[in-house]
Amino acid sequence: MEKLQLLATIQAYTGIGIGLMIGLGAAGACIGVGIMCSRFLEGAARQPEMIPALQAKVFLLLGLIDASFIIGVGLAMLFAFGNPLLAVVQGG
Amino acid sequence: MAAEQVTPTSYINHHLTFNARPVGEGGGGFWTLHVDTLVTSVILGVLVLGFLWWVVRGATAGVPGRRQAFVELFIGFIDDQVKGIFQGDRHKFVAPVALTVFVWVLLMNAMDFIPVDWIAWLMENVFHQPHWRPVPTADVNTTFALALSVWLLMVFFHIRTKGVGGWVHELFCSPFGSHPLLWLPNLLFNAVEYISKPLSHSLRLFGNMYAGEIIFILLWIWAATGLVGTILGGVLGAGWAIFHILIVGLQAYIFMMLTIVYLQMGHEHH
Repeated sequence: MEKLQLLATIQAYTGIGIGLMIGLGAAGACIGVGIMCSRFLEGAARQPEMIPALQAKVFLLLGLIDASFIIGVGLAMLFAFGNPLLAVVQGG
Repeated sequence: MAAEQVTPTSYINHHLTFNARPVGEGGGGFWTLHVDTLVTSVILGVLVLGFLWWVVRGATAGVPGRRQAFVELFIGFIDDQVKGIFQGDRHKFVAPVALTVFVWVLLMNAMDFIPVDWIAWLMENVFHQPHWRPVPTADVNTTFALALSVWLLMVFFHIRTKGVGGWVHELFCSPFGSHPLLWLPNLLFNAVEYISKPLSHSLRLFGNMYAGEIIFILLWIWAATGLVGTILGGVLGAGWAIFHILIVGLQAYIFMMLTIVYLQMGHEHH
């Protein structure tokens, strides 16, 4: 019973941690992409002939801004499915 | 699959386990080979190189045939990207590296389009392998291998451009200045830059592919639970698959662009 309680505690806090990782990462990424795209739209409105050149850069920057968030999601998935913190209770 | 009851956890674990072989005495841990990653990446690399070599062998200076035109489109695209970033003789090394990296990473990422269950069925029933991960770039080892190779090339170009003395001088004296008191801040600053480049380069690609795979697996688990699950899981799965097509190409493109940028930074003079 004691072990079950400990496992449940670890899992609960891990769940909260996963939510924070993904949520805060998503917030940062979306705000960053929103700012970048608003600037792109502004530039496109001022100079429509630059749209193709700017659009290529937009996609590149999209991937770069998303990077930390995706790395965070990868780590969160690791904790969700292969939680290393459980090893101390499971005697692993 | 196997005879015992398939639970969500066992399904996920089955699809996320590498086909690992320990090598050497006391193998395991670091000294493990991921056979699935190695075999898939080698086969795809041979396919890519073989196709390009085959087309180039039959290339004519006159009116190009269809496959030659297709390859020329690709090479023209890559050459444009490299031209915009890399000053200096790009045809000797950097443009071919960019082409190789782009096409190889694109094909490795595209392995994600094949449904995981088809691969699992094929591997279990035809080749008798219990575990097989089809996407090489969803393995940290692959992305780190690529990123570290690019990093080593960058350092090599740095040293070739400035000499070993010049490189060490730059490590300690830029960007803040050459006063001896600033040597340590300079070194720390440069160390952070040098360490973060390969880390972000590799983990970005890995994270995108790994997260994509996991979300596919989770969606298919949901689709296996009752009628509502199947409908919603199918719809969302289709949506995610379409989005993933964009991500696959985009991540390969970003990996290539960063390769070119890092190689260009290795050629810079301050």
